[in-house]
Amino acid sequence: MNLTQTRPAADAVAKDGRGKFPKHKLEELRGRGYVMFCVLLLIVIIFSIVYFIASRGLTPFVSQGVSVGEMLGGLKWSPEADTPRFGALPFLFGSFATSLLAAIIAAPLGICAAIFMTEMMPKVGKNILQPAIELLAGVPSVVYGFVGLSVVVPFLRDVFPGQGVGILAGGIVLSVMILPTITTVATDALRSLPAGLKEGSYALGATRWQTISRLVIPTTLPSLMTGVVLGIARAFGEALAVQMVIGNAPHIPHSLTQSAATLTSIITLSMGNTTSGSLHNNALWSLALILLIMTFLFVFVVRLLERRVKHA
Amino acid sequence: MKTKSVDRIMTGVIVGVGFLIIALLAALLGYLLIRGLGHVSWHFLTSPPESIRAGGGIGPQLFNSLFLLVLTMIITVPLGLGAGIYMSEYAKQNRLTAFIRLIVEVLSSFPSIVVGLFGLLVIVNRFGLGLSLMSGALALTVFNLPLMVRITEQALRAVPREQKEAGLALGLSRWRTITTVMLPISLPAIVTGTILAAGRVFGEAAALLFTAGMSSPRLDFTDWNPLHHTSPLNPFRPAETLAVHIWKVNSEGLAPDAAQIAAGASAVLIITVLVFNLGARWLGRVLYRKLTAGR
Amino acid sequence: MKKSLLVLTTLALSISLAACGKNNNANNANAGASSGASSSAPASAAVSGAFSAAGSTALQPLVDQASKKFMDLNKDVTITVNGGGSGAGLSQVSEGTVQIGNSDVFAEEKLKDADADKAKELVDHQVAVVSIAAVSNKDVGVDNLTKAQLVDIFTGKVTNWKDVGGKDQKIVLVNRPASSGTRATFENFALGAKSEDLPDSITEDASGTVRKLVSETPGAIGYLALSYLDDTIQALKYEGVEPTAENVASGTYPVWAYEHMYTKGQPEGAVKAFLDYMLSDEIQNTDVKDLGYIPVSDMKVTRDVEGKVSNK
Repeated sequence: MNLTQTRPAADAVAKDGRGKFPKHKLEELRGRGYVMFCVLLLIVIIFSIVYFIASRGLTPFVSQGVSVGEMLGGLKWSPEADTPRFGALPFLFGSFATSLLAAIIAAPLGICAAIFMTEMMPKVGKNILQPAIELLAGVPSVVYGFVGLSVVVPFLRDVFPGQGVGILAGGIVLSVMILPTITTVATDALRSLPAGLKEGSYALGATRWQTISRLVIPTTLPSLMTGVVLGIARAFGEALAVQMVIGNAPHIPHSLTQSAATLTSIITLSMGNTTSGSLHNNALWSLALILLIMTFLFVFVVRLLERRVKHA
Repeated sequence: MKTKSVDRIMTGVIVGVGFLIIALLAALLGYLLIRGLGHVSWHFLTSPPESIRAGGGIGPQLFNSLFLLVLTMIITVPLGLGAGIYMSEYAKQNRLTAFIRLIVEVLSSFPSIVVGLFGLLVIVNRFGLGLSLMSGALALTVFNLPLMVRITEQALRAVPREQKEAGLALGLSRWRTITTVMLPISLPAIVTGTILAAGRVFGEAAALLFTAGMSSPRLDFTDWNPLHHTSPLNPFRPAETLAVHIWKVNSEGLAPDAAQIAAGASAVLIITVLVFNLGARWLGRVLYRKLTAGR
Repeated sequence: MKKSLLVLTTLALSISLAACGKNNNANNANAGASSGASSSAPASAAVSGAFSAAGSTALQPLVDQASKKFMDLNKDVTITVNGGGSGAGLSQVSEGTVQIGNSDVFAEEKLKDADADKAKELVDHQVAVVSIAAVSNKDVGVDNLTKAQLVDIFTGKVTNWKDVGGKDQKIVLVNRPASSGTRATFENFALGAKSEDLPDSITEDASGTVRKLVSETPGAIGYLALSYLDDTIQALKYEGVEPTAENVASGTYPVWAYEHMYTKGQPEGAVKAFLDYMLSDEIQNTDVKDLGYIPVSDMKVTRDVEGKVSNK
């Protein structure tokens, strides 16, 4: 907004200085060139990532006789068999199920935490809860996986039938990992709500919960959803922590506590064991390509939600 | 009356959740620290790891983590600042800007394993950097750059308009105004954001498995010439970071005290992240006070 | 104190190495002795240079340990040892990014079909023998399984321990990914057939994780290299034969494979010196045994790529 307003002033300065201050002009040019270079680099990075992953990931479809339909819809993954099969549907299912489950657990918690910090106890929120949540974000995923394997899996094994590993274990571990993302976005959204709106509601005699449930949450809903989608995106791409607790059987499980697999867990399990250029290896790159495409989809969804924020 | 009690119940629920999260974190921290701290000692922090015998430490890994962080920051900060300045000050409201914004968003949500694989394919193999600190730093740059861009952009946008216009009115070029007026004002926010982003680098493992490698060759801590093979400062040597070490010890560790090493290393990692977080807040406050007191 | 011990061992090492070097390859062993005797002596090593090895994570500790000793003896040599997996090791050595590719399997098994030519360029150096034992949770009530029973368990025909003479306890499979060298060895020499990834089975690549899961999950069965055996799990006899180094060496316990270090073409200079050092008694009789491998020289039988066993 303020950009467009200041631009004429800046241009005027630049025009004035053309003859008198060539040094300034040069400086400006150099600065502008530098920032342009930085932005160009960003563009180059993303295009090269897409290009290189796609060049490997498309090989099985283009020249090694695997069909896209089999990859996306097939149920059998046996890459080292005599007639290898590359059905990645169980992994797609596993990835979606774990990240959705994580979101289902983490979203209410994160949104409650955000309300707690902004509406209930801002002091405790700012001094204890917020640093605590930032710390959660900084805990390395390897450590989460380790705690998951040592605490969550044995607990689930004792409580539910099955071996403890599976989508439920993965979802629980991931929910803790994405809690910071959801909370941070939700807190920002709630803070940006004009104070007048809430005051008006209180003035009308509404209780705090009425204000929160009828006014605050509905107005900020698209932003809250943005946080949830970003959380799902993070959960979708998480690798090491999930691999340690999910069990990695290449099948669609019948229950939440049965061994399952995700796209990322299969990639980390087998990437190092296969030689580059082999069909199995290239198929793993295809899985990475699917992950990449999913990232684009998630960003697209976030975009749609943000557009709704702007219109609201 | 009914709405009052509903209000009370819901308030209770939300406050309960708030404290539940705090309790959860306390339990997580307590679990990791209690299991790990017993094993942490000066010897543990400084000695090299052992592959077979007990008594190995995490000295090189700790150093590698910090050094990799510094390397990453050296690459990321200038680039991120530049792109952030562009986005907040130079970008016009058009398709291109919207596109760049999309790119920043996509980059920041790329799965780390995809970035790691890209690093393996391009940085490690094609550029021929091999499994090295430099490869690791470049891969981490891919994550950190969008974060840096966003932090810089937000910080610059928060600068009061009057300050900026004052600079321009004095006849300073736009670039001059940005570097001498706006950047100093937004410095506290940028520093805090950068350090918080750095904490994430510290814990990253998936991308580094494929780029910085899993070995820690012999290091000679008396040789500080970055060009020597055994110098700790050589950026082209392979290096295992703390997070990767935890992964390796957990998965293939043969030393009899592998479990304790992993627990101890986790505790050290957590404490480091904690120090980073607290440090970021403290530094941000100090900078803010310094810069505002002078005016 | 620790340091002086280290110097002492190094000294002892280099002297013994010099002694055996006389009738061995004079080139490398003498070099080791002259430069390694003490750090104050002028370094006049005949071998120098930097090279790297990568590949099998199972072999990494051994090569890592040997490389440290070798570098202590030859100050001008820098060796970096990386993991990454057998497949990655073979790819990298054939691409020339590393000089030594560590592998749990014969290169011909990984580089096949279109890549078969690449395997021909690689020179095999068998540096140790690794043996793999079926392991189970301690409370299954069985300590011996026949080949047929193992096949039934790993193909899902038998799902309860009571059917193989144990307790009434469901069997939980802890398998390795299809690309794993450990799994290939187990399938080839213990089962004699490829096994399927069954639903409800757990798949983990890392030996540490497999051990943890087998020790904690009731009714679990998996397989581990001998070096990972400890008292948290139970090693199962195979056809009545205990998995021990002696039984492997004599050829009575059949589930074993070579650990390979591949070079592209015949090795030269420092690489050759290092590979000779790997096969010297200095490593074979100490570290190889400490790490639970069996020295190649102890083996009374040999095995070729096709798996044919013959007496030496």
